[in-house]
Amino acid sequence: MRFQQIDQFAAELKADTRAAVYDGSKKGHEKRTKLLFDEFPDANRLRHIAGEVKQHVVENLDTYLPQVEAKLKANGVIVHWAATAEAANQAVLGIMRARGATKMVKAKTMVSEETELAHFLEKHGMEALETDLGEFIVQIDGDHPSHIVKPIIHKNRREIATSFEKNGLGAYNDDPQTITRRARNFLRHKYLEADVGLTGANFVSAESGRLVLVTNEGNSRFCLAATKCHIAMVGIEKIVPRDYDLALFLNLLARSGTAQEVTVYTEFISGPKSPAQPDGPEEMHVIFVDNGRTEVLASDCRDILRCIRCGACLNVCPVYRQASGHAYRSVYPGPVGAVLSPLLMKEKFPQKADLPKASTLCGACQEVCPVNIPIPDLLLRLRNRAKEENVPSPGTPPMGAWALLASQPTAWKASLFGGKIINYLPTKLLPIPALRAWEAKRSLPEWRGGEFRKWLKTRKSRVD
Amino acid sequence: MLNTERKPITGKRVQLMATCLCDAFYDDVAVATVQVLEHLGVEVVFPDGQTCCGQPAFNGGDWAASRKVVRHTVKTFAGDEPVVVPSGSCAAMMFHGTVLEFEKEPDLGEVEALGRRTWELGDFIVNGLGVKTWPGRFAATVAFHRSCHSRGTGSSAAAATLLGSVAGLKIVEFGEGEQCCGFGGTFSVAFPNISASMGALKLDHLRAVKPDVLVSGDMSCMMHLGGLAKEEGKPIKTMHLAQVLRDALKNVGQL
Ligand code: SF4
Repeated sequence: MRFQQIDQFAAELKADTRAAVYDGSKKGHEKRTKLLFDEFPDANRLRHIAGEVKQHVVENLDTYLPQVEAKLKANGVIVHWAATAEAANQAVLGIMRARGATKMVKAKTMVSEETELAHFLEKHGMEALETDLGEFIVQIDGDHPSHIVKPIIHKNRREIATSFEKNGLGAYNDDPQTITRRARNFLRHKYLEADVGLTGANFVSAESGRLVLVTNEGNSRFCLAATKCHIAMVGIEKIVPRDYDLALFLNLLARSGTAQEVTVYTEFISGPKSPAQPDGPEEMHVIFVDNGRTEVLASDCRDILRCIRCGACLNVCPVYRQASGHAYRSVYPGPVGAVLSPLLMKEKFPQKADLPKASTLCGACQEVCPVNIPIPDLLLRLRNRAKEENVPSPGTPPMGAWALLASQPTAWKASLFGGKIINYLPTKLLPIPALRAWEAKRSLPEWRGGEFRKWLKTRKSRVD
Repeated sequence: MLNTERKPITGKRVQLMATCLCDAFYDDVAVATVQVLEHLGVEVVFPDGQTCCGQPAFNGGDWAASRKVVRHTVKTFAGDEPVVVPSGSCAAMMFHGTVLEFEKEPDLGEVEALGRRTWELGDFIVNGLGVKTWPGRFAATVAFHRSCHSRGTGSSAAAATLLGSVAGLKIVEFGEGEQCCGFGGTFSVAFPNISASMGALKLDHLRAVKPDVLVSGDMSCMMHLGGLAKEEGKPIKTMHLAQVLRDALKNVGQL
């Protein structure tokens, strides 16, 4: 392959899809910026504070995790630890089998995407139904989410209407309200039939053991309304130290993610139903998932574990806007994914070592990140790691000869002079792939190597 | 985001880091930089052994190769005068990128020291020397492209201050000004399709406001955007900040 996979993917992307992704991202970004900066006198300060709090958690996970476990247990929650995706899925299956359960309703959780829980359960004869509208559409389509907050940002409503029709959810109708109503009608029955409700958690407070969930559709609440068993799958980095910190994080998450002051539903869950409560799950499990996070923690890219999955970096990213989420071949696309996805591959890092290259390092992602993750620095570290592990990188010019030249002034000056050849030779004849790639899209300016140095020698300084 | 803490300016002598791009393509930008600095009474020294800041290999992921070049640069720019560079990107490389790639190296201290005295041209004039208005005249509508490596630094605001003060010059804003032009160093050749689409978008926004000239503090962005526009058969006029400032002086006979 001459160029990078992601570039190829972008080149072949349907115009419709590109337009949907581009418009959705751009709108999301613009609304977010307005909301954040109109309302807070110093929104950047908030991002920095939130970043420091999360970094503190990441660096002290070894103290916070036992603390959280103790709190959860005291609250009547059964705590599980899963080192791998497989272990996490098995834990869920085990809980379901022990209860004789066969039907699960699922709220949106990225970590369950990571472990491919729904597929796993279906393979083992269980029903696992996505209830977030976007995830539901992706599921009935056999598609994959392409954005961590807006899973179907790549689809337009005509495509959705077609797949509803195909899946027996009524005759073709692309009115968004009709689509939503049909999904709701279908899901309502499923909520009532289900045995188990699965959610993630946006935050877990170490102080109280409270799980915090945010949604806009209220589906996570429905998942827990009629079911007797609640399973929460939670990445080990989701902790915040105190309940007090939630004020900061909920404010930033809703504004950064969906440009809302606060999400429509914010749930605080402290444990299974107490005897005094009329309903709610009697049994509650929290499965803490590692799945590569410990390795990330041990690496020089641990800052990425601060991420609160708001998607703001995707929305602002010019490469994401051109390439779409599927180009990243990962659960986590965009800037956050370009860092996290290769890291989560562990020893298979080379398979996704191209992701960190898919960036101009423009820094827009860090500028919007609510926890101020230095994403460009992390991308650079991973590029260097790929080089050190000798992962081939199509299209990237080799730098060895250049470095030699650029550390020897005499050779450098000679090449400034010699470079003039590109003014006379058709560059297509030159065996320099980078030059050809440049010229395929852009014309090259005239080579004027050494002219400035000549000027310096002949002129008189105006300052004495 | 960036390590931008800099030593205050005391003397009136600077070392010029011309950048490899000006050395190879844009000699007039380097000339204009010298003329602008000298107009301010600053003596400009050009360390002859200079080559490149090391950024291509740093961005490309070959940090070992990049460090070789950076070590050469540190040697070449010995001394304690400020180093002025007509590029936000090379400046950021010197005060941020190098620090990242030398994190575990024994000579990190020397690298950091050079970073602390390196300034992007506009930043140096406005925030280093305290010059906030520019004399002369430049009658044109200017679109100013904020290059990405000046995010988090004083460079973009400095350039806007200077340009905004030039008689006859009118700055026009354009859509999505915060978005990258798509150059990205090795990105431009490893991801030519995305790079060009990003550039095309930028050009659309620019053409919509019909500027006489597109100005930036970074010739790399100008090389990409100008090259794209020319290839499309609809060339645009691009200039470096230094050239505008220099021409403003020239236009009133001050040079
Ligand atoms: S990296 Fe930052 S901006 Fe991107 S999803 Fe995570 S928290 Fe949001």
